[in-house]
Amino acid sequence: MKNIKVKINGIETETQDRTSILAIANKLGIKIPTLCHDPIIEPYGACRVCTVEVRSGKRVRMVTACNYPATNGIEILTDSPRVRRDRKMIIEWMMARCGHVKVLEDLAAEYGIKEPRFGRGDDDCILCGLCVRMCQDVVGANVLGFFGRGTTREVSTAYGESSDKCIACGACAHVCPTGAIKIEDDEALVRAALPLGPLTPISIPFMQAVPHQPIIDHESCIYFKTGGCKICEKVCETNAVNHEQQEAIEDIEVGAVILSTGFKQFDAGKIPEYGYGKFKNVLSGLEFERMNCASGPTGGRILMANGKEPKSVGIIHCVGSRDERHNKYCSRVCCMFALKFAHLIKEKAAAEVYNFYIDMRCFGKGYEEFYHRLLEEEVRFIRGRAASVSDFPLNDQEKGKLIIRVEDTLLGKVRRVPVDMIILASGLEPKEDAPHVGHTFNISCGAGFFTERHPKLAPVSTPTDGIFIAGACQGPKDIPDTVAQASAAASQVQSLISRGEIEVESATSIVDAEKCAGCRICSTLCSLTAISFDEEKKISVINDVLCKGCGTCAAACPSGAIIARHFTDEQLFSEIEGVLYDVRA
Amino acid sequence: MTFEPKIVGILCNWCSYTGADLAGTSRIKYSPNVRVVRVMCSGRVDPTFILKAFADGADGVLVAGCHPGDCHYIEGNYKTIRRMALFKRMLKDYGIEPERFRLEWVSAGEGDRWAAVVNKITEDVRKLGPTKIKPAARKKVAFSAA
Repeated sequence: MKNIKVKINGIETETQDRTSILAIANKLGIKIPTLCHDPIIEPYGACRVCTVEVRSGKRVRMVTACNYPATNGIEILTDSPRVRRDRKMIIEWMMARCGHVKVLEDLAAEYGIKEPRFGRGDDDCILCGLCVRMCQDVVGANVLGFFGRGTTREVSTAYGESSDKCIACGACAHVCPTGAIKIEDDEALVRAALPLGPLTPISIPFMQAVPHQPIIDHESCIYFKTGGCKICEKVCETNAVNHEQQEAIEDIEVGAVILSTGFKQFDAGKIPEYGYGKFKNVLSGLEFERMNCASGPTGGRILMANGKEPKSVGIIHCVGSRDERHNKYCSRVCCMFALKFAHLIKEKAAAEVYNFYIDMRCFGKGYEEFYHRLLEEEVRFIRGRAASVSDFPLNDQEKGKLIIRVEDTLLGKVRRVPVDMIILASGLEPKEDAPHVGHTFNISCGAGFFTERHPKLAPVSTPTDGIFIAGACQGPKDIPDTVAQASAAASQVQSLISRGEIEVESATSIVDAEKCAGCRICSTLCSLTAISFDEEKKISVINDVLCKGCGTCAAACPSGAIIARHFTDEQLFSEIEGVLYDVRA
Repeated sequence: MTFEPKIVGILCNWCSYTGADLAGTSRIKYSPNVRVVRVMCSGRVDPTFILKAFADGADGVLVAGCHPGDCHYIEGNYKTIRRMALFKRMLKDYGIEPERFRLEWVSAGEGDRWAAVVNKITEDVRKLGPTKIKPAARKKVAFSAA
């Protein structure tokens, strides 16, 4: 496209033909007021506040800057007396409909309007159509439209009824210049978003994510619902957003693999007496952790389902761990994260915190000290496995609370403790697909967690060479232990890489040329294609590098010509004799 | 006193031998009747090894390898399946009950399965009683590497 020259407020500038005046002005930092324009929506010229004066030769015209394409040689005035006079009139007309809208009042002040001449209306929609265009052209949901004519014209949904086509994306409210459209938003709704899903369709999964890049959530992204939007693609200056990207399976050749597939949180719903899933204020450990996160849905505030801060919180330990009905093992980390929760609740919500524990297992460096610190912070510890959670009050004190029934084994009596919120310190479990992963890598997962080659001497290796394990997939462990194990696994792999060479099999098979009759039974059996036939000598030959020494050929050779080194017939016969030494007569 | 059968187990290095090892490191309790001979692959098992074991007075023989499809050498264990199916049909002619011989698949991760397999064959052979091959007959059989 060819370039043209225009003059704007006396400044000469060069630009592409048919660029809108608003775009030229924005580029030069000249401010033109506008109420109906958004860079991602086609210009429309509805509010007309962006009116400017355009001179072409002797001809003078008043045009809207947002959708007037510049042509060569025109002169633009954005703040001439005539422009100011016209804009003032336009603002006053709009105020006759919407007399109490903030943006209009600000503009009125800017253009010296003390009191609009045509009175002040009570509406707050200036009919700029941004929301309608957003909904139709960008989002593609087609929920909003203009209805009525003249003085009864209004923005509405079809027949004024709420539409099930609305995907509640909030784009209309976001672009509305006057705030006429509101999205229902309260603490209770924010709290409902607590499940660990992303907060926006395009987001960086969590602050420490590697790689630190945003991902698109197909469930909530507007493009995958309506085929519209793609605003992120339009605003991304490096064109990095690609909605068409598909999941792809790639083959990568590697020499070693570290499995660190992690764990699954115990599903507290399996213990119905704790009311998880039944009472909204009974949270799992991960859910509370999410709420506690400063970049989480509540901004780190600890809130109950009604959006208020709890006054008392109960933390139930060993949920799904040390339990004959579920997992017999101790999940190791729960005591400490429960203590962390207690500490943070004290700090953030100043609530009374009750811990219901079987034993406090504060095994790590500085952990026991932390437990003592919490005792001094007056966190309550009640020794006994919580029996049940109910919302059935027996007296006024328990009304509207969740009541934990527990045997206090130190006092030797059953107590009822009313609290506002309950956190279940759910245990760690192996992933559901651990047996499948274990089978793929030919390693074992005894109770579901992967088994190391040796618990003391080879804690990150597995029976399969080149496969290493790290983290909670090997067993429940906390972050310091996981990092230590991961470092160990990485250095094991590094030592393989830095050696630069691996040992090949020395126990290969060889052919005794004297005995070989050339029947070629062996070459049909070899799955590694290590056996070829020497046409000249009419015997089979084994390739030393290809042969891995399985010995299948040696077992099949009818003339006993193939010798499996280190596993010869003589050696194996002697071994069999050896293991039966006490029965040989 | 109950009869304690003497069973020879010929195990592949990669799956069954490691699986038996796992049974040990996992402290699984199982019958001590199987005496283990290690080979690199169950494909290495020549039927004469099994006959040799019976001739030397074994009450049972257990051959164990990787599950079909999991062979370290791609498909050595498929060769074993073919070979052992044929061999089992010949056992009767030697005067050996086919139940005394068993081919099993035990992976490196199946310590518990190894224990179960050993317990099973031990019980089965215990019911059959001692091998019918007489010591006198044994002496006459001479195996040598062909």
